[in-house]
Amino acid sequence: MKEKKIRKVLLLGSGALKIGEAGEFDYSGSQALKAMREEGIRTVLINPNIATVQTSAGVADEIYFLPVQPYFVERVIEKERPDGIFLAFGGQTALNCGVALYRNGVLEKYGVKVLGTPVQAIIDTEDRELFVERLNEIDVKTIRSVACENMEQARAAAEELGYPVILRAAYALGGLGSGFCDDDESLVRLAEKAFAFSPQVLVEKSLKGWKEIEYEVVRDRYDNCITVCNMENFDPLGIHTGESIVVAPSQTLSDTDYHFLRALAIRIVRHIGIIGECNVQYAYDPQSEDYRVIEVNARLSRSSALASKATGYPLAFVAAKLGMGYGLFELSNSVTRTTSAFFEPALDYVVCKIPRWDLSKFHGVDREIGSSMKSVGEVMAIGRTFEEALQKGLRMIGQGMHGFVENRELQIADIDAALREPTDKRIFVISKAMHLPHYDIEKIHDLTRIDRWFLYKLKHIIDIDEQLKLQRFDTLDAGLLREAKVYGFTDFQIARAIGLESTSASMHEALLKVRGRRKEMGILPVVKQIDTLAAEYPAQTNYLYVTYAGESNDIEAARDGKSVVVLGSGAYRIGSSVEFDWCGVQALHTIRKEGWRSVMINYNPETVSTDYDMCDRLYFDELTFERVMDIVEFEQPHGVIVSTGGQIPNNLAVSLDAQHVRILGTQAEDIDRAEDRAKFSQMLSNLGVNQPEWSALTSMEDIDRFVQRVGFPVLVRPSYVLSGAAMNVCSNSEELGRFLQLAANVSEDHPVVVSKFIEHAKEIEMDAVAKDGEIMAYAISEHIEFAGVHSGDATIQFPPQKLYVETVRRIKRISRQIAKALHINGPFNIQYMARDNDILVIECNLRASRSFPFVSKVLKINFIELATKVMLGLPVKKPAKNLFDLDYVGIKASQFSFNRLQKADPVLGVDMASTGEVGCIGDNTDTALLKAMLSVGYRVPAKTVLLSTGSVKQKADMLDAARTLAAHGYELYATEGTSRFLADNGVPNTLVHWPSDPDLQPQAIDLLHRHKIDMVVNIPKNLTTHELTNGYKIRRAAIDLNIPLITNARLASAFINAFTSVPLDRISIRSWREYK
Amino acid sequence: MNKATLRLSDGTEFTGQSFGYEGAVSGEVVFNTAMTGYPESLTDPSYAGQLLVLTYPLAGNYGVPPFTVGPDGLPDFFESGRIHVSGLIVADYSEQYSHWHAVESLGDWLKREKIPGLTGIDTRALTKRLREQGVMMGQIVPEGVSCPSPAENYGEVNWVERVSCRDIVRYNEGAGRKVVLVDCGVKANIVRSLVRRGCEVVRVPWNYDYTDMDFDGLFLANGPGDPDRCAAAVEVLKRHLASTRKPVCGICMGNQLLAKAAGASIYKLKYGHRSHNQPVREKGTDRCYITSQNHGYAVDAATLPAGWEELFVNMNDGSNEGIRHAVNPWFSSQFHPEACPGPLDTGFMFDRFTQLL
Repeated sequence: MKEKKIRKVLLLGSGALKIGEAGEFDYSGSQALKAMREEGIRTVLINPNIATVQTSAGVADEIYFLPVQPYFVERVIEKERPDGIFLAFGGQTALNCGVALYRNGVLEKYGVKVLGTPVQAIIDTEDRELFVERLNEIDVKTIRSVACENMEQARAAAEELGYPVILRAAYALGGLGSGFCDDDESLVRLAEKAFAFSPQVLVEKSLKGWKEIEYEVVRDRYDNCITVCNMENFDPLGIHTGESIVVAPSQTLSDTDYHFLRALAIRIVRHIGIIGECNVQYAYDPQSEDYRVIEVNARLSRSSALASKATGYPLAFVAAKLGMGYGLFELSNSVTRTTSAFFEPALDYVVCKIPRWDLSKFHGVDREIGSSMKSVGEVMAIGRTFEEALQKGLRMIGQGMHGFVENRELQIADIDAALREPTDKRIFVISKAMHLPHYDIEKIHDLTRIDRWFLYKLKHIIDIDEQLKLQRFDTLDAGLLREAKVYGFTDFQIARAIGLESTSASMHEALLKVRGRRKEMGILPVVKQIDTLAAEYPAQTNYLYVTYAGESNDIEAARDGKSVVVLGSGAYRIGSSVEFDWCGVQALHTIRKEGWRSVMINYNPETVSTDYDMCDRLYFDELTFERVMDIVEFEQPHGVIVSTGGQIPNNLAVSLDAQHVRILGTQAEDIDRAEDRAKFSQMLSNLGVNQPEWSALTSMEDIDRFVQRVGFPVLVRPSYVLSGAAMNVCSNSEELGRFLQLAANVSEDHPVVVSKFIEHAKEIEMDAVAKDGEIMAYAISEHIEFAGVHSGDATIQFPPQKLYVETVRRIKRISRQIAKALHINGPFNIQYMARDNDILVIECNLRASRSFPFVSKVLKINFIELATKVMLGLPVKKPAKNLFDLDYVGIKASQFSFNRLQKADPVLGVDMASTGEVGCIGDNTDTALLKAMLSVGYRVPAKTVLLSTGSVKQKADMLDAARTLAAHGYELYATEGTSRFLADNGVPNTLVHWPSDPDLQPQAIDLLHRHKIDMVVNIPKNLTTHELTNGYKIRRAAIDLNIPLITNARLASAFINAFTSVPLDRISIRSWREYK
Repeated sequence: MNKATLRLSDGTEFTGQSFGYEGAVSGEVVFNTAMTGYPESLTDPSYAGQLLVLTYPLAGNYGVPPFTVGPDGLPDFFESGRIHVSGLIVADYSEQYSHWHAVESLGDWLKREKIPGLTGIDTRALTKRLREQGVMMGQIVPEGVSCPSPAENYGEVNWVERVSCRDIVRYNEGAGRKVVLVDCGVKANIVRSLVRRGCEVVRVPWNYDYTDMDFDGLFLANGPGDPDRCAAAVEVLKRHLASTRKPVCGICMGNQLLAKAAGASIYKLKYGHRSHNQPVREKGTDRCYITSQNHGYAVDAATLPAGWEELFVNMNDGSNEGIRHAVNPWFSSQFHPEACPGPLDTGFMFDRFTQLL
């Protein structure tokens, strides 16, 4: 540490993963902690996100699983008395919290020095008016809007700004009265309308179609400044950079453009006084050198994580060192180790980032993408041609696409509209349009405003595809085949293009034929290094990618049987995120510690597992069968671990095994026996273990017959790939009929799986590690919600507090039987349902589950370390302690991002909707639950609660909680049925009316809008249209108005119990280490 | 596109497709790691006699700007009147381009100026070869075209003589402070940078004897090849330094000539510095700069005589990046403060020089 007085530093994390704030902050925080550790500084971390790598043993000295909120941070400061604090590594959450602590004097009171960028500089970039003012001081142009109160002002403003302009009606929701004006005439027309809605109209220069360019800038305290990377958005301005395909470096900027914007970025960063890292975003005119600064982020960001991975320059690590007082010239380039950290990486490849959306998971959501973020994850693809990088990326997002071409046909009603108004599918709409004769580059450019250069490159892919289509397998031209590979085609795409699909038993067989022929022709990929200096200096870098645009490998494979490949988890998505990154990283650590060489394959720039420091070799590349085979054939490793990266690697087990790749741990055949519903079911029957009755059905008649036999409700899983529809519970034939209509396409090839749905059952999770079929360690946890809420959305309690001893005994017994029958070696998870002591198996995954980091950290036994040792064939002992020894409780709660997903119904069901989670520890359930709920954004209501509590059973379930609220002085508002029920049971409440009775007062929605309600408990009764519409309006209003909303009776009761029994100031502030 | 092959003097071959002029050519093969700036680099006279490898794989994306000439006779968007590299080698040439300012494609420009271009090359493998073996001679030979006759060895040619102006050229006449610019192969933006700061520039041939001329400061320009071939220029400079304390500034070759005049020696770097990301530190300070560079030779700082010192040092390999006289206003940089292409961070060198005039 340059500053000797700083011995202990507090770092704020970003909490649960949410849309707009995801895994990138685990990566940046971990890097900062590593940088401090190197300096011998004691580190204190506050982050309730228990699944992160940064909250693992050995990363920070003290870890608090507490909300990143001023109240809790102050209490930690009070206890820990750190000398310094870092605000820049935990996203907007940490930044906002830090600014609040600065403003309320807490930092000053405790003498905590803000390291890195000064808080005033942060405030200057966060406050729009201050920001514009600061940039005006150095004559830098920002996007300005002029508020006008009459037509004359509006016309004058437009004249001054220059046409075209955008007109917005102030105070109008949903863009009412907004639009573009190309000239005075259109302005007058639109302004007349706008003034009718609103007394004030904002006039802004229209930057429609401008390029969006970003620079990542680093500055030290000596005023040395570099730009580590620039990036260009594929989509023009208007689409949030988190929603756009982004390329690095910029592709369409000349040297003059590039350095003009670079110099400007440096000038801005110097003027604002950043110390560390920041990013500058520009709008850049495609027809001149005119620009506007969109914003400056005075902290590590999504873009900086991407820039780090794109260049190999560890921005967060360097930023932390600069915050500790170093100059850039005192640090070395951590890739070459011989050259300086004061340099700007030179790329000799092109990087393409593509967002991953999960909009299909949400009912009613608006699919258009625009200025606010909706994507839940992203991928980064590396290639030596743009086409190669883009096609890799389109496969990596994992939405069933094989690249830019040779995908299943997209049904688009109006292609022009789909090009003009971007949705999550636009890139594929472009592909479709390019196949049609009447869409040329100019027309697509006019509709999308995407730079022609990108469109030319896309068209190039189409052209190669057209040439391939003229080929036949037997006469496949080697030159064309190589060309196709150079431009990113997979064997799958080629097989389909040359028509092998019709003559092969499966596409997998077809691609194997192409693969075989290709290898005969000697067309093989090469492995290249990312070395930050484009080969100018020798670098011992282990950061690798695979490409066909090259002749020779940069490295040699050791092939000594000491390498172990770990397959990563791919793009973050709903259902698979940071928890699998944690698992992968733990596997890598263990492999290294045990003296093996660790090799990671993954492509998610938001992760720690794709930090090249984490393993001996990092292949930043695809997790497709083809690419994994390429790497395995090159490396010839000891074996491959497929069980720590979630479902993507798990799904590869069988096809890899068929090519004689050694799968470490549970064998592919057994994985298949667990994954294949019929085989698994047969096995359970043989073991005498029960499961909910189910059937795979291919016709409506069969479905009706099945339902007649088992009775409603039933759980219906349509073929996701075809319909895009989620699974659902149906309680009557009307719902079933309606749902199946949505799901469409029930056919021989695409059966619908229908199973008996059991109500009011407990869900129980078994996470465990087995060796040779014998369980070595296990963790049983219980859901707070009853069955019907996806396990990824449920609130989970560990160790279980309310299970019968007999239930636990039976679960252990069944788990032992299953582990033995499947010869499990490694991690696995079984989900159970229990009603009384009847135990049913829902499913079994022979891989690590989402809850592995949570149970590992609460129990303080690293399940992945243990599992990895098993998979490496090392001797392991059963840990001495088990879950019944714990004196404390862990609660895992889910984070939802409904506020980002306009119009989506924020209701929970059998399909997962949460984007992240936290895990908090407390002396009892109430304390742990309260910490967890506060961490995912709930607030303790001040005085009013609105209840509409669903069916009779649910109303009864909620009665105690309602009484508790009343007893604690809360004012209760309730909708019709609930109000009556409460009154009948002696609970005072005020009746409010549903939106469907607009003439009756008071209206529930009005109360919400007037902020009269502090919390909403809205339990949907069933799926009837009427119920959904009324409830939906209230739920959606609660989300849009930022009022805490709970839609599950069990969770609502638990939360109400927690906050009425544990006052905030009685929550103990204890670090993870202190729970013994 | 027709096939074409790059043959290195060590026997290595790389085959790709020809996208420029269909002819055979030879030259010293060098690589540049910049990600932008091909119109500027190709017209930089310092690349005379060289086959330029771009390590950034995509080339031609933004086309080529128009060849318009400003009032002072300098091209607006290029560094000289023509392409100086002998051949261009890239990984993935972009046939189509997109930029508001572009008027033609890179390939068409190369064809027009009869410069061969080679695409589809594993430029990373090629670069590594040059890094490990050092720069070497090579030939681009299109399929069906006969090999060119063995080329003259790069190091034995006085490239400066070939690219320097033959006659005196004057810019911004009557502006006041007069700068003699020794043209070893000057980039247009050096002239522009001086003119922009209000100087009258008298551009003289590389070996011109300016010692009797009346002027306020001397500027030594960049240029191609081995400075040891420029003895004539060094002789004139020595006499100049012996006779007057007038400000002297130099860039690149200018740095080397100044060092030679001071008595220091020059050595050839294994593979040179050609990029936009070279970090240099101003000696004895905490100030660091990202610089644009293009040189294959360097000053051996250990041989600087008393009275001279290093001004800048390369932070990657410790090589010399500039020198200065301890007393007199004589200083120079190995890097290119005029950028074009590259970062604009060191324009202060021109300020320092012109403020001394």
